[in-house]
Amino acid sequence: MQLTLWTYEGPPHVGAMRVATAMEGVHYVLHAPQGDTYADLLFTMIERLPKRPPVTYTTFQARDLGGDTAALFQNAARDAYARFQPEALLVGASCTAELIQDDPGGLARALNLPVPVVALELPAYQKKENWGAAETFYQLVRACAGPNAPPPGGPRLTRAGRARPSCNILGPTALGFRHRDDVREVRDLLDGLGIDVNVVAPLGARPADLARLGNADFNVVLYPEIAHVAVQWLSRTFQQPATKIVPIGVNATRAFIEEVCALAGLDAQPALAAFAPRAAWYARSVDSTYLTGKRVFVFGDATHAIAAARVAVEELGFVVVGLGSYSREFGREVREAAKLYGVEALLTDDYLEVEQKIAEAQPDLVLGTQMERHIAKRLRVPCAVISAPVHVQDFPARHSPQMGIEGANVLFDAWVHPLMMGLEEHLLTMFREDFEFHGEAAPSHLGVPCEPAVTMAPSWARDAEKELGKIPFFVRGKARRNTERFAQERGLETITVETLYDAKAHFGR
Amino acid sequence: MVIRSVLGVGGAFVNAVTISKATSRGCTDAVVPLERGQREVFCGLTGIIWLHRKIQDAFFLVVGSRTCAHLIQSAAGVMIFAEPRFATAIIDERDLAGMADCNDELDRLVARLLERRPEIKLLFLVGSCPSEVIKLDLSRAAQRLSRTFMPDVRVLNYSGSGIETTFTQGEDACLASLVPILPSATATEPSLLVVGALAEVVEDQMRRLFAAMGVGPVAFLPPRSALMLPAVGPNTRYLMAQPFLADTARALEERGARRLAAPFPLGVEGTELWLRAAAEAWNIPAPRFDDSIALPRARALRALSRHRELLAGLRVFFFPDSQMEIPLARFLSRELGMRLVEVGTPYLHRQHMAAELELLPEDTALVEGQDVERQLDRCREMAPDLVVCGLGLANPLEAEGITTKWSIELLFSPTQGFDQAADLAELFARPLARRLRLRV
Repeated sequence: MQLTLWTYEGPPHVGAMRVATAMEGVHYVLHAPQGDTYADLLFTMIERLPKRPPVTYTTFQARDLGGDTAALFQNAARDAYARFQPEALLVGASCTAELIQDDPGGLARALNLPVPVVALELPAYQKKENWGAAETFYQLVRACAGPNAPPPGGPRLTRAGRARPSCNILGPTALGFRHRDDVREVRDLLDGLGIDVNVVAPLGARPADLARLGNADFNVVLYPEIAHVAVQWLSRTFQQPATKIVPIGVNATRAFIEEVCALAGLDAQPALAAFAPRAAWYARSVDSTYLTGKRVFVFGDATHAIAAARVAVEELGFVVVGLGSYSREFGREVREAAKLYGVEALLTDDYLEVEQKIAEAQPDLVLGTQMERHIAKRLRVPCAVISAPVHVQDFPARHSPQMGIEGANVLFDAWVHPLMMGLEEHLLTMFREDFEFHGEAAPSHLGVPCEPAVTMAPSWARDAEKELGKIPFFVRGKARRNTERFAQERGLETITVETLYDAKAHFGR
Repeated sequence: MVIRSVLGVGGAFVNAVTISKATSRGCTDAVVPLERGQREVFCGLTGIIWLHRKIQDAFFLVVGSRTCAHLIQSAAGVMIFAEPRFATAIIDERDLAGMADCNDELDRLVARLLERRPEIKLLFLVGSCPSEVIKLDLSRAAQRLSRTFMPDVRVLNYSGSGIETTFTQGEDACLASLVPILPSATATEPSLLVVGALAEVVEDQMRRLFAAMGVGPVAFLPPRSALMLPAVGPNTRYLMAQPFLADTARALEERGARRLAAPFPLGVEGTELWLRAAAEAWNIPAPRFDDSIALPRARALRALSRHRELLAGLRVFFFPDSQMEIPLARFLSRELGMRLVEVGTPYLHRQHMAAELELLPEDTALVEGQDVERQLDRCREMAPDLVVCGLGLANPLEAEGITTKWSIELLFSPTQGFDQAADLAELFARPLARRLRLRV
């Protein structure tokens, strides 16, 4: 057993949902008790998708356990096919259904549905969300593209005769950290280089699109955590090479351009000559000298954490005092990166351990997930979010990629903004006792909550003052002003509890 | 429908039930279809989100899977920024394979937890779907841990599993687990117990009203602190503040307490009838009762009238969710003039809901249980003006052009009592008012 306050990843079937929800024409029948339907709100409330995830849950109850839960599953699968007419059906079990061992795959195949049925075995007591997404994507790619695979030992595929080289963009899912924006950014970048995009998957792809993945010259792996298993299979099956560089930051984007041009047989020089992200210039601008040597603690999924550490050191002049990830599957990569910065990699999904390490490292800035935002808030350290798990704030209305040239600019803004500005820092050092500007004060550009001035008359009875105190702080000032105005207009000298509620009823919306 | 109590007729009280059964029986005898299919509801673990704030020195340790941890975090994630007083002991393959003893593991985790949070006085071990299916005996574990950590910490257990509980039933299971440890009431005088988690501001209002009319002593379950457990005994009369507390009520009856039948304190009418049930049990003279509620009642009616203008005549559809649907539908229909298209409830407790059913319009389409796909079909076909539903359905329906009120907010807001009646109405009016304002 593991004690968990917050989890970095959901269970593996949520990873499967992220793949199913990203795609078109796929439906997922999940053997699961009632309550597991909570996962829908991840997509409808956090990502604000305007449609329900394409998932049918069997929602069995205790009374069903003595009876035929297998029949319940088959009925649900049959009804879901009839209603949603998917082009491919995913079936599987959540943690509880795994214990009752009903074999959703066998049950679904017995229905003889006229579409591919992909049975997912996602061990809920061993594996987690990203693993589940990777496995689901791999199984779907295999099921859809497998029939188009060239026979083993046959001649090497030739894709000659096309005007432009082409690639697939693999890894983006629903509920991903800025996946939507990264795809647009990378697609535009590739287009500018003269490379066509054959298929983006899973995001926006149909099963028929997966079937033609083999037509591309190579694969661009945006999120290794999700795409790496499928990409390995595609490399073996279709002899497709794949990118290894994830274009997060100025230098990684430049290296990515070189890498894809090499894979596509293009000359990278014209693109590199014109490559001038604003972030690179801003970092050299003299006002940025105050950023020099800021101590940063980095934690996230492996891809984003490794990339963030590199950007922090090479592109902002920070010092990495901690680097960690919850992606144990990529422990080797994280350890190698940590060596570059002379720190020990922190590989854990224990929120309490991360908190302790951050407290010990005493960083000036935390680059982490929503979890580290909680930690940083408590430790009063500025924080910027660089990775999933996601929060509604991680789906901004504007285009806000992490990858490519614009992504590098976004990183500069997002990481520098929470810090104290340079001159302010100097003034603080000089005038430590200034009552508005002391060492405990927050950066002035982030705003300081101020209590509104309190007028003296009429007076508040003690119990009314106490009742006012029960009103949440963010509306208390307004309640106080309204009540006093209400009392003044009526010539009341003392505000009682009744006055407070009379005023509430009077001013109520 | 003539309800004497609502009309405020003076004179000494007789039996409330005979008064309110004047002419119509509302939905008392309605045949309610039971629907079975996919249920789009939370499990009982969700109750931890409000209970862990309500009982300030209690901690909730879910014994379950990563899914359980993820559920609570996702349902609470948007609103909790402090360190939570809940956690999950995640069962892993070593526990399932028998390589680790679940009870030893649990003891180890609880020791670590209590060391870290010495202010905790009450620890709930909360059962989940996986812990129920593998038949992990949490009541024995709770007894064992209680022996270890008493008198500093008491350890109780209940199940919030989805296979047994729907959403608010988790609070029921939690409160029911508290009942056996409540001290025995020795007083010969009657005392009042208000059952169901209420916002603190609502509790304080209720206390003032009961004091003004002369009903008391009054205690609340759950209390704000594990050290303030109310006493219970044969002279305890209890009022249910929430409609989903079937098991808690049964446990209280076993301790000798008796329920005061009343509608739930939602809206002006519900609050008045609810308070009146206590006043009658305490034989409070009618003028005193009327005087004690006159001010807040009048101001609540004034504040409600504003929302009535917008809501009257509009059609509302309830997806089943919290078991609050019937009292809410009664409030919307009788006090705000809304028309009820369909009122779904996950579970219908006829006895506890009797006073509510009586007040519902006779032709109300009540549905117990759920088949979410068929319900969505009906909802789209009937095109209501407002749909009350859970978070998974709200945005997809909005995208189809249907205005929704997400139901979890109805539990996370102070809605009971006179001074919250207009706030409750406003929760329903706001999405409609917003639709009228937006030009995008």
